[in-house]
Amino acid sequence: MHSFWIIFKQAFLTKATTKSFIITTVIVCASFFLLANMSKILDVFQGEDEDHVLYIVDESGELAPRLQEQLQLADRDIQAVPTEQTEKELKEGIVADTVEAYLVLEQGEELTARYVTKSANELENGSNIEQAVQSLQTILTAEKLNLDNNQVEQLFAPALFEREAVSESSKSQEELSQARGLVYILIMLIYISVIYYPNMIAMEVATEKSSRVMEILISSVSPVKHMFAKIAGIGTLGILQMLAFGLSGFIAIKTAGTSMTEGIYSVFGFADVKISTFLFAVLFFLLGYFLYAVLAALLGSLVSRTEDVQQLMLPMMLLIIVASLIAFSGISVPEANFVTIASFIPFFAPLVMFLRVGMLDVPLWEPLLSIAIMLVTIGLLGWLGARVYRGGVLMYGSAQSLKDIRKAIALGNKK
Amino acid sequence: MALNVEQATKRFGNFTAVDNVSLKVERGEMHGFLGANGAGKTTTFRMILGLLNPSSGQISWNGKAITYATSPEIGYLPEERGLYPKMKVEDQLVYLAELRAMPKREAKREIANWLERFEVPHYASKKVEELSKGNQQKIQLIASLLHKPSLLILDEPFSGLDPVNVEMLKSAILDFQQQGATIVFSSHRMDHVEELCDDISILDKGKMVLSGSIRDVKRSFGKQNVRIKMDGDLSVLINAEGVDNYKKTHDGALFQIADEAAAQLLLTESMKLGAVRHFAIEEPSLEEIFIAKVGKAYA
Repeated sequence: MHSFWIIFKQAFLTKATTKSFIITTVIVCASFFLLANMSKILDVFQGEDEDHVLYIVDESGELAPRLQEQLQLADRDIQAVPTEQTEKELKEGIVADTVEAYLVLEQGEELTARYVTKSANELENGSNIEQAVQSLQTILTAEKLNLDNNQVEQLFAPALFEREAVSESSKSQEELSQARGLVYILIMLIYISVIYYPNMIAMEVATEKSSRVMEILISSVSPVKHMFAKIAGIGTLGILQMLAFGLSGFIAIKTAGTSMTEGIYSVFGFADVKISTFLFAVLFFLLGYFLYAVLAALLGSLVSRTEDVQQLMLPMMLLIIVASLIAFSGISVPEANFVTIASFIPFFAPLVMFLRVGMLDVPLWEPLLSIAIMLVTIGLLGWLGARVYRGGVLMYGSAQSLKDIRKAIALGNKK
Repeated sequence: MALNVEQATKRFGNFTAVDNVSLKVERGEMHGFLGANGAGKTTTFRMILGLLNPSSGQISWNGKAITYATSPEIGYLPEERGLYPKMKVEDQLVYLAELRAMPKREAKREIANWLERFEVPHYASKKVEELSKGNQQKIQLIASLLHKPSLLILDEPFSGLDPVNVEMLKSAILDFQQQGATIVFSSHRMDHVEELCDDISILDKGKMVLSGSIRDVKRSFGKQNVRIKMDGDLSVLINAEGVDNYKKTHDGALFQIADEAAAQLLLTESMKLGAVRHFAIEEPSLEEIFIAKVGKAYA
């Protein structure tokens, strides 16, 4: 057992102290703080903006102040300024950049307005002004019809519109949209970690093989112990890195001072987070990691040169990518058949079953069954991996392919 | 206390890499393991180390099978040198020693001693990839014997070293033997084997063709060399009775003879051809025995 810890420590420390690892961790943590303070940062930039000045060509002289009223009501930072200049002068002003935009207002049967700017791309102010003109038109018409304010309000009262789902397993629409953002982020994290850490293991194993230090290692400790100690070491590293991410994300949100349930953050659904979602995320992260780590160690043990790792890892990467495609496309249709089926296939389950428990109220036996299937698969892969590994680490050749698995098993065999 | 290989055979599919090899190395002995490339030396070593299981036969160390439980007693220097290129020399040696159950503090002390002995103490905090090949070899040897194994297996320990370093490593290995270690090593360099070993065995295409003490091996070879230095053409003597082989040298000739009587004949015959400056009966070198046994293809 002693040597297990030595390999464990070594696998953990050599990776944890590499510059690239430290830098990646710091950058990701820092970006959480950046993200959490995004609205403040945006405010800083927007705060320095001055109000937009909109020149109004209005022969009646009454429309400009009333338009200004509407703009203020809608909380737009646009100043409507009446002007005596002719359109020709204003156009010259636009070309010379002294005038941002102008609006020609005429009151006939109804209001006609012409909005002139330098570029047609400038849409945001344009639509705001259009809305203001529209409101103004409504008010003017209401005045013409002698409607009082109450009547106008009644005219524009919005209808009540709610969505409700009948299916029992589905969460209410409100819950769903809240869960969606969080589940999305967590699936993303699981996806990244089942690619990142198992790749690390495959590279480590291939490096030890190509530098031929492997032969010394496995003459000291059994290849199986070596493999599992390495998987455990890198796994611990992964858990700690994820913890660092989670913790910095949490602190970032807490210290940012803005409520994460408002504004742009409402999309992510942090308002009503269930603790079970996180627990399942951790569980499926661990299962997914072990599943793919054993596979990666097996594949890594087959190559002689680190350059060949990616080639041999391709089938495994494809599995992960398919799993992620199912999971990401399943976010909008978590009850679809293909999602349900995929959630019981061991290589897809870490992502897809998590999607289902995150998005739906599935009966508990379903995730438990899926977890059991994954555990059995991990056990089988571990058994197979140990056999391949024992022979694979002794095998050196030019061309590596999956066919070598049989050769490796034969080499590592008892007889 | 002995390493005992009994009729070990290793087959890979239809190919027999090691065929019925037996070997006994007593405690404190140094055993030379010779063989051409691909003769099965490394496979035999891997079986001794337990990296490969023999298809049939037994291997034991002190009467016990070699398993990972006995790994602290065993040291190994593989033919293909292997160290972590990006790891510092000291960290690396500590790690490998710890894997063989040596306490960290003791390992550090021993590492300092060994680096001092090999005149490279300043390499402790250098990365292995920064070292020259010869110096990497020194580190590799330290890695194999740092934890004070009682059985040391060295696969080609001197390849790629300059003569000064060869001497340095040789004396370290001899000292280690004197402390009671049993050592098996393979080499292509017959002179190294002749100088260091008590017993040798020669492996050819997986089969043991010769085994025993160097003296017995030479005696049983039954052939001796006669070296004659003189001017004149000695090739006429090739047909003399008892002469097996003739080789012209730059200042005379070398005859291979089957018995001592032929030597006397050669002496009298050569004196008839001119003035003999030098006449000597020599033991056959291991190299000649090796070539005779394994074939001229390897020379």
